[in-house]
Amino acid sequence: MSARGPTLRRIGGRVLGGALLALLVFVLARPLGAGAPAAALAAGGVGLAGAALLPLHALRRLAFLVPSLALLVFLTCFLMYLAPGSPFASERVAAPQVEEALRAQYGVPRSGLAFFQVYVSRLVVDGSLGPSLKVQGRSVAALLLPALPVSLALGGLALAIALTLGIGVGVRAGLRPGSFADRASLVLSLVGIALPSFVVGAALVIVFALWLGWLPVAGFRGAAHLVLPALTLALPPAATIARLARSGTIETLAQDFVRTARAKGLPERVVVWRHALRGALLPVVSYLGPAAAGILTGSFVVETLFGVPGMGQWFVKGAVNRDYSVVLGTTLLYASLVTVLNLLVDAAYAWLDPRLREER
Amino acid sequence: MSDGLARFVRSPRARIGAALLGAVVLLCGLGPPLLGLDGASTAPEQRLEAPSASHPFGTDALGRDLLARVLLGGRTSLLVGFAATLVSVGIGVLYGAVAGYRGGRLDEAMMRLVDFLYAIPYMFLVILVMLLFRDTARGQPLPVFLALGLVQWLTLARIVRGEALRLRGREFVQALRVLGASDARILLRHVLPNAFGPIAVYGALTVPHVILLESFLSFLGLGIELSWGQLVAEGVAVVNPIASPWWLLVAPAGFLAATLVALQLVGDALRDALDTRLAP
Repeated sequence: MSARGPTLRRIGGRVLGGALLALLVFVLARPLGAGAPAAALAAGGVGLAGAALLPLHALRRLAFLVPSLALLVFLTCFLMYLAPGSPFASERVAAPQVEEALRAQYGVPRSGLAFFQVYVSRLVVDGSLGPSLKVQGRSVAALLLPALPVSLALGGLALAIALTLGIGVGVRAGLRPGSFADRASLVLSLVGIALPSFVVGAALVIVFALWLGWLPVAGFRGAAHLVLPALTLALPPAATIARLARSGTIETLAQDFVRTARAKGLPERVVVWRHALRGALLPVVSYLGPAAAGILTGSFVVETLFGVPGMGQWFVKGAVNRDYSVVLGTTLLYASLVTVLNLLVDAAYAWLDPRLREER
Repeated sequence: MSDGLARFVRSPRARIGAALLGAVVLLCGLGPPLLGLDGASTAPEQRLEAPSASHPFGTDALGRDLLARVLLGGRTSLLVGFAATLVSVGIGVLYGAVAGYRGGRLDEAMMRLVDFLYAIPYMFLVILVMLLFRDTARGQPLPVFLALGLVQWLTLARIVRGEALRLRGREFVQALRVLGASDARILLRHVLPNAFGPIAVYGALTVPHVILLESFLSFLGLGIELSWGQLVAEGVAVVNPIASPWWLLVAPAGFLAATLVALQLVGDALRDALDTRLAP
């Protein structure tokens, strides 16, 4: 019993996890443009592969996403219904029958609980995020589908800039603590943390777009339009990454294995690149989760400032206009994105630091 | 602990930060009544005047004195920073202490909830909570305290839970139990003081973060009536290189940045002095 019990539980956990994972892929794939058969196929494949191949703890966390998202949708519905105002309130007072007809047509009952039921059943059965309540004649999927790649490109570019800049500056400073480069990096990182991104963004626009005329001011018609928003978005996390990389470098260089590497006559370049850097970057990797979340938060502001047609803008617009289905759609996509990203970060962490590897 | 505090008081960063912060707090607290400043009355004939002797920071689009508005806005921003931090520290400490001290199923359930909240981009919750008060308390500070306080407690709850869990098994806690001390007494008098370092450091670093978040909200038009964030947002909206009223941006942004730098310096010095391992 003592030997078989855990094994059975483990297999049961894998089956359940795989099933939940398949459900998740199925529910999220269809609103994003996959047909029902294709989504079912993808869901089955991902579910099976996940159940068979993923480490149990990763599978468990992915499966945990299903009840979390359900809870999140519930909580969001609850808060939105608690807030004053409704999507159908307007200056012109419509007849009550008209409002009832609109509510029936868009699937927005008067109680939050009923709306939650309508929303979830529509998502699972029809694979639809529903119609937008404010942008007439468009579905939420049609609004978010073009916005998703824009947001991903902006966030990805910002993260890449933040990592390159932060690690470069931080490691350089950490190699020679107390030097001029070190002091300069500390002051810069302090400013990067302290200035709100919309001030930095405004300053960048004035310098690079208006004075120098190198880059476009705002809007979105191509890659050049992403440079300034991405730079603005990247600076605060870059500052934190620089600090982490700096202290990580200083700490790692003081450790015994570095002394050993030096003692056996390795050139400094090899000591730093092959041995020290890995340890120095661990705190940076563990910060990637919060950094991604911070970039998401910042993207609300930066997308508004630069007029980038991304998902953050839709969320803000949706929340202010009481466009319930747009709010829920963006929330669902963002939350799944953050969870998957956190999972990847943990995997990278275990890969970098063998001490943290869990048993399969 | 007293060693740590002595190190903190001696550190130059703490001194610079505290001096800067003290100056800002004094200016914002005492400036308006002492100088007889009025940030509300409009003067159409003095619209958008550049800084001068009578209006050191210039005037805004309605002819209001910007110095008065910056100092009064500073009061709200500082208030938001400290009040929201208090809310979040209160929730986080209580939540983490109960979860860690009780342990078992309750701990498991409480920490799952924290995991869940971690996975949500918290700005969503903040914006939704702000919407709750849109009609009743729009532009008031209270919803901002609540909304920001309600999302910042997660990390602290984890830290305090870890400490409580660690201390729970120690001999002195068991001895206290045998002596008949109540759970509340053990938690408040013995467990929490031992977790003072991390709580202080995390709390100190939360203040600038919250002020920054408030400015984001103001930029999106969801913040407080008169705060640095809202003034900076107004400034950003009008700045362009042709005939720009630059003073609308410079003074509020300067005050905001100086305060955030000061708070960050104090928080950093505190962390180094108490030598707790926390992510920045």
